[in-house]
Amino acid sequence: MKILIVEDEKELIEAIAASLAKEHFLVEKATDFRTAGEKMHLYEYDCILLDIMLQGGNGLQLLEQLKQSGKADNVIIISAKDSLDDKIRGLELGADDYLTKPFHLAELNARVKAVLRRKKLEGKSIIEAGNCVLDLNERVFLVNRENVPLNRKEFDILEYFLLNKNRLITKNTLAERVWGDNTDQTDNFDFIYYQIKNLRKKLQSSHADIKIESVYGIGYKMLEE
Amino acid sequence: MKLLNQSVKYLSISILLIISVWALVFYINMLDEIKESIDEGLENYKRLIIRRVRPDSGIVPQKDFDETFFTIREISSDQAFQIRDTYIDTLMYMQDADDEEPELEPVRMLTTAFEKNGRFYELKIINSMVEEDDLIEELFRETVYLYLILIAAILVINNIVLQRLWKPFYNLLSQLKTYRLGSSKNLPEIKTRTREFNDLQHAVRTLLQHTIETYEQQKQFIGNASHELQTPLAIAMNKLELFLEKGHPEDPDMEDIIQVLQIIERLVRLNKSLLLLTKIENRQFADDQSVSISEVTAQAIQELQDVADFKEVSISVEETSGLIVHMDVSLAGIVITNLIRNAVFHNVSGGNVNIHIADNAITICNTGLSAPLDADRIFNRFHKSDTGSGGTGLGLAIVKAICNIYRFKASYFFDNGKHCFKIDFTFH
Repeated sequence: MKILIVEDEKELIEAIAASLAKEHFLVEKATDFRTAGEKMHLYEYDCILLDIMLQGGNGLQLLEQLKQSGKADNVIIISAKDSLDDKIRGLELGADDYLTKPFHLAELNARVKAVLRRKKLEGKSIIEAGNCVLDLNERVFLVNRENVPLNRKEFDILEYFLLNKNRLITKNTLAERVWGDNTDQTDNFDFIYYQIKNLRKKLQSSHADIKIESVYGIGYKMLEE
Repeated sequence: MKLLNQSVKYLSISILLIISVWALVFYINMLDEIKESIDEGLENYKRLIIRRVRPDSGIVPQKDFDETFFTIREISSDQAFQIRDTYIDTLMYMQDADDEEPELEPVRMLTTAFEKNGRFYELKIINSMVEEDDLIEELFRETVYLYLILIAAILVINNIVLQRLWKPFYNLLSQLKTYRLGSSKNLPEIKTRTREFNDLQHAVRTLLQHTIETYEQQKQFIGNASHELQTPLAIAMNKLELFLEKGHPEDPDMEDIIQVLQIIERLVRLNKSLLLLTKIENRQFADDQSVSISEVTAQAIQELQDVADFKEVSISVEETSGLIVHMDVSLAGIVITNLIRNAVFHNVSGGNVNIHIADNAITICNTGLSAPLDADRIFNRFHKSDTGSGGTGLGLAIVKAICNIYRFKASYFFDNGKHCFKIDFTFH
């Protein structure tokens, strides 16, 4: 899997690249408008992370060029501007997703995998790990083909973990994933803990090959046994 | 008051004054003219009588006005020398064609004296005068008619003139009323040959263009500010996340890293809330449409149901009306979600949240630990009732800012041990 990161901030591009490399993706970087345009023209990428504000031009122009060559469907716009206009224009031009900076690396991971999954599986949305299958369309979780009932939040949390297997996910990241933008209550952590506890019980009793481990007491990690 | 009524009001008052003064002056002048002409007639009679008397040898004294229109009386020379020609208005019993019996009528009387054969006589001549009360009455009636006709004419003319001449003005006004900065694409435009309206149009367009420029710059500034702040925050956050993954769980420094990460996350939330607040206050949400408050409420409850269950807080909705509000749907969501989230989180185990949707207001009441809150300051930025909640202190300020742009009224009251927040959607 080849991923191109177009982002003018060198420090940020390094962090993103390091995180994606852990998922065994092949990562290429472009820090300005011209380089990005050239790379997009010359090579094929499975996913492109595209910043809008670039040195030398607007990322949306690059998106337009991609659209003309029919390659815009695997683009995730990463922008510091939480502007509705940009979001609408970007999605109109065929971008797959729009992520506002700053974001958690786990979130980016989840979005990238969603794009790749849509591309490879042609609409089928299934995440597999060991004897577990998570069907995102039907919203069911199967262990050894047996249905394990989950509530809405448990399902969301499990999906997030499966997309970030073997990666540390902080409680805050989880809370934000589950609550959206306005997570500013410490109570959220208790609730997250409670949901994780229930999820662990369900995984154990259904003999799933995956488990959730606590890390430092502030985050969790999903491991496949 | 409408322009038409204003101008009619001033015109009718000033015309009333002009006509009144005119009627008074006209009356006095006319009366003077009448008297002058009668006096000339009396003077003429005097000469005729005296000339006729002279050739006669004897003078027949004429005691009263029964037979003729003059009297002659013999007087002493002293008396005669004191008499000057005087004209006076007096009253006399007379029977006119329109009278059934004699009645007092106004007359003009000339009193004079003459000498005949060394004897002195006093001569009085009368002539009937115009009846002043009749004159006043007639004049008054005519004046009132004139006044009414003038006012009616002004009303009709004004109506036509205002509708014709002021049409471009009202056209411009209606365009301005619907103009919204940032969402209206075309500037108001009218076609007219009236210079004042063209000037007005020019001034309005210049003002709007300047405002649009400022608005765009502001928008750009917000975008840039967000870019400038968000990117360093993103770098710091992502680097720490990577660092945490690299570290060993036993490393005691990890604890500090986690704390720094949490502080950065708090900064991110604060920055996002501030940006949202600025965007609301700059009215950058303008996609107004009909929003069903009950639908928005149901959605917010669905999002919060799990955590409410976890906290053992029950949420109930009582709806007495299908409240529809004209506003931006995402802003409606922010208002309702912020209030319900607060009600759930600042609650006690086993407590409840009661939502009441009425004709034009939504009230959200919750049980809670704390005493009544400071209703005056609770909507202020960074006002926190309990420290250490980790909140940004902007949630209610955002609610208030949204209410302000739509002129809704957000209020807090403490009722029966419950904290209540009410949004009144009527235009204030």
